[in-house]
Amino acid sequence: MSDVKEIAEIPSFTVKLSIRRFDPEKSEEASWQEYEVEMHATDRVLDALHKIKWEQDGSLTFRRSCAHGVCGSDAVRINGRNRLACKTLIKDLDINSTITVEPIKGLPVEKDLIVDMNPFYQAYKDINPFLVANDKPEKERLQSPEDRARYDDTTKCILCAACTTSCPVFWTDGQYFGPAAIVNAHRFIFDSRDEEADVRLDILNDKEGVWRCRTTFNCTEACPRGIEVTKAIAEVKQAILRGRP
Amino acid sequence: MTKVHHHEFDVVIVGAGGAGMRAAIEAGPHARTAVITKLFPTRSHTGAAQGGMAAALANVEEDSWEWHTFDTVKGGDYLVDQDAAEILAKESVQAVIDLENMGLPFNRTPDGKIDQRRFGGHTRDHGKAPVRRSCYAADRTGHMILQTLYQTCVKLGIEFFNEFYVLDMIMTEVDGQEVPAAVVAYDLATGEIHIVRGKSIVYATGGFGKIFKTTSNAHTLTGDGIGIIWRKGLPLEDMEFYQFHPTGLAGLGILLSEAARGEGGILRNASGERFMERYAPTIKDLAPRDMVARAMANEVREGRGAGPNKDYVLLDLTHLEPAVIDAKLPDITEFARTYLGVEPYTEPVPVFPTAHYAMGGIPTNIKAEVLRDNDTVVPGLYAAGECACVSVHGANRLGTNSLLDINVFGKRAGMYAVEYAKTAKLPPLPDNAEAGVIALLDKVRNSKGDEKVAVLRKELQDTMDANAQVYRTEESLNEALNKISELRARYEKISIQDHGQRFNTDLLEAVELGFLLDLAEVLAYASRERRESRGGHFREDYLERNDDKFMVHSMLYREGEPTGEIGAGIRVDWKPVVITNYQPMERKY
Repeated sequence: MSDVKEIAEIPSFTVKLSIRRFDPEKSEEASWQEYEVEMHATDRVLDALHKIKWEQDGSLTFRRSCAHGVCGSDAVRINGRNRLACKTLIKDLDINSTITVEPIKGLPVEKDLIVDMNPFYQAYKDINPFLVANDKPEKERLQSPEDRARYDDTTKCILCAACTTSCPVFWTDGQYFGPAAIVNAHRFIFDSRDEEADVRLDILNDKEGVWRCRTTFNCTEACPRGIEVTKAIAEVKQAILRGRP
Repeated sequence: MTKVHHHEFDVVIVGAGGAGMRAAIEAGPHARTAVITKLFPTRSHTGAAQGGMAAALANVEEDSWEWHTFDTVKGGDYLVDQDAAEILAKESVQAVIDLENMGLPFNRTPDGKIDQRRFGGHTRDHGKAPVRRSCYAADRTGHMILQTLYQTCVKLGIEFFNEFYVLDMIMTEVDGQEVPAAVVAYDLATGEIHIVRGKSIVYATGGFGKIFKTTSNAHTLTGDGIGIIWRKGLPLEDMEFYQFHPTGLAGLGILLSEAARGEGGILRNASGERFMERYAPTIKDLAPRDMVARAMANEVREGRGAGPNKDYVLLDLTHLEPAVIDAKLPDITEFARTYLGVEPYTEPVPVFPTAHYAMGGIPTNIKAEVLRDNDTVVPGLYAAGECACVSVHGANRLGTNSLLDINVFGKRAGMYAVEYAKTAKLPPLPDNAEAGVIALLDKVRNSKGDEKVAVLRKELQDTMDANAQVYRTEESLNEALNKISELRARYEKISIQDHGQRFNTDLLEAVELGFLLDLAEVLAYASRERRESRGGHFREDYLERNDDKFMVHSMLYREGEPTGEIGAGIRVDWKPVVITNYQPMERKY
C-alpha cells in the first residue's frame, strides 16, 4: 500500500468573497457585498456561505441540502462559472483574489442566490420525462448491458440547472428548452424500453428545440456530474435527422 | 397579518423522498392527492443512497425471501417485528419489478436481467456465505429511484407543494376518536401559511441526522415530521437505535457506500491488517454495519488507527480493477478524489463511522397506520420510510433494506390511505388552526436574546457526537441530557437577523433547531433507559444483550413541556416484539 495523505494539518487563511445580494423587500436593485472569512483549503464554497450566514449575516439566502453534489440545490456562479457550491473547494480557486458568487443566469432572481426554478422545471416536464411502454410484463423487461449503456450518461442528471443557465442561447431566449431538458429527453429517447422516442424527437424539432443549440460547450463544462451534455444534444439532433434513435 | 390559505384533498402526503412519492403513485390515480415538501422532490435525500435495494430475485444465484427475512431479523439483533420483516422480504420482488417497469435503469446481467451484488449481512441459507441480493444502478441507486419515482409522479400529474415547510398538524375529535384534520405549512417563497386538510395524512419526512456533527445526512434532515408527531403527544418508538455507517469520508462524514466492500473493498488499520477477520471471521468486511462501525472505533481506540492523528481506518480498493471501479463505484470514488484528494485506484481512502439512519421513529403497524400506544391506531394517520418504525430494522438496519422499506411501506401507506379516504369524511377543521404555527414563528421572530442558532446547533451536535455515538454509558448520556437542558434554556434567548417575509431561511433554521433539540433529547433519554447492548445501541456499562429484560421495543411519550430537569416530560414504556419463526440467538458472523 502506498502512503496515506495527511489530512489533519490543513492550513487556514482569510478568504474574501463578494456575493451578489438582492432582496426586493428592501431594494429594487441588486448589489455586491463583500465578506471575509477564515477558511481551510479543503473547505467548500458552501462552507464559506454557511460561515457567513451563521456567524456574520443571517439574511444571506441560498439553497442547499445534501452538501456533496448529489441533490442539485446549490448551483451558483462562482468566479463567473456555473458550479455547485458544495463541490467547489476553496483550494481550487485563486484565494489571492476575491471569490465572486452570484445566482445562475437566465432565471428570475428571487432573493440573493435563489432563483425561480419554475421555467426550468416546466421545460423538463414539456419533454415527457417518463418511460412510455405499453406492454405489461410480469417480471422485469429485459435490457442488454449494451442497450443499458447507451443512455447511462444522461441518467446522471440531478436537475441543478447549471447547464441550462450557462447557455448563451438560453440567456437571450428563455423559451429555448435548454440543455437539461434535452439531456432528460435523451435519457428516454435512447432507452430501448421506451416507445415514444418519435414524440420526444418531434417536440425537440420545434423552433425552440435542439436546433437553437450553437455547440458552445458551456453546458458540458458546467455539468457537475460530468455529463457530456453537448454530445447528448448532438445525438438528439442526429436522431431527428434520421427519424429514429 | 399573515395571509392564510386553505386547501382540501383526500390524501395529504408530507415529504417527497422515496416513501412519499411511492405513496403518491399509489394514491394519486384513486384519490385527490397532494404532496408537500420542504425541498424540490428530486433534492430529497433518497437521492444520496448509493448501493442498492435488496430483493431475492435470484437472478444470479439461489436466494429466497425466507433467507432475506432471517438476515433482516438477525441483522436487527432480533428486535425486528418478524411479521413486518416477512412482508418486506416477500414484497421486495414486486417492489423492484414495479420500479423497473416505471423505467428505473438497473444494471443488467449479460442476459439482460437485473444484476445483483453482495451487501453486508445478506447471506445464503441462514448465514452460510454472502449472497448477491442487492439490485443496483451503479452506485447511485437512490438517485435513480428518486428520479424514477418523480418521473412517474409527473406522468400521473401528482400535485406538489414545493418548498413548503409543514410545521404543525391539527388533530380533532371524530366519533370519540382523535384524528388528524390538516397539516399547517409555511411557504418559503412568500412566508404565507397554508392549511392543507385531508381525510388521510401520510408522514414520509425522513430522518434527523443533523442532531449529530459527523453525518451522511443532508442539512435539511432536521426531523421536523417526527418532531411534530412528538409534540402532538403521540409516541416514538426505538429512538435509541441510530445507525452509524462505517464508511464515511474521514472528517467529513460523506457516505461511501457499503457497495465498495460488496465489490471487494477491504478495511485495514494502520499496519495494513484486515482487522475485520478478528471481529467477524465468516463474512469479515461484509458484517452488519453496527459491528463494522464498532470494530473500526475499537481499532482507533486501541491505537491502531491510521493517519497523523491515528483517528481513522482505511478502505482499500487498490486491488480492484480500475474498470470495475469505474463501472460499479464511480460516484463514491469521485467523492474521495473531490473532497480528500485521494485517488482510490492507487491509494486507500481514510474512513470513519458517520451518523446515518434512524431505525426508530413513528410507530406503525404493517398497514403503515400510526399507533398512539402499543396497539391503538390513529385513524387516517400513516407513516412510512425512515421517519416510521414498523419495525423492519429492529436494532440495526441492513444495507439495501432502506431503499426497499420506502418502496414496500411507501406503497402500502398510499394504498391504505386511499382505502381509508374512500369511506371517511373530511374531518372538521377546528377554529384558528393556524394559531400554533403563527405563535411558533412569532416567538422566534420576536425573540431578542443574544444567543445564535448556529452556535447552539453546533454545541448540540458536538455533545451528541461525544456522548451518544457508537459508544454510550449512563454517564455520557446524562451529560448529553444535561447539555440539552442547558441548550433548551438558551434557545429561549435566540435572535435571528432576517425579519423579511420572502425566503427566510434564517427563521426556518431556528425553527428546525427546536425539532433537533426535541429529538436529540428523546434519543439520549431512550438510550439511557435501555441498559443493555443490542445492535446499533452499545452501552459500555452494560456490554451484553439482555433478552430477559430488553427484548422489547421502547415507546417514548411526551408527558408535558420540558422543564429543564433531565428527562422531565418524557416517559418510557415498552412494547413486545412480534416473533413468528426466529427465536433470539447469539449474533455471530
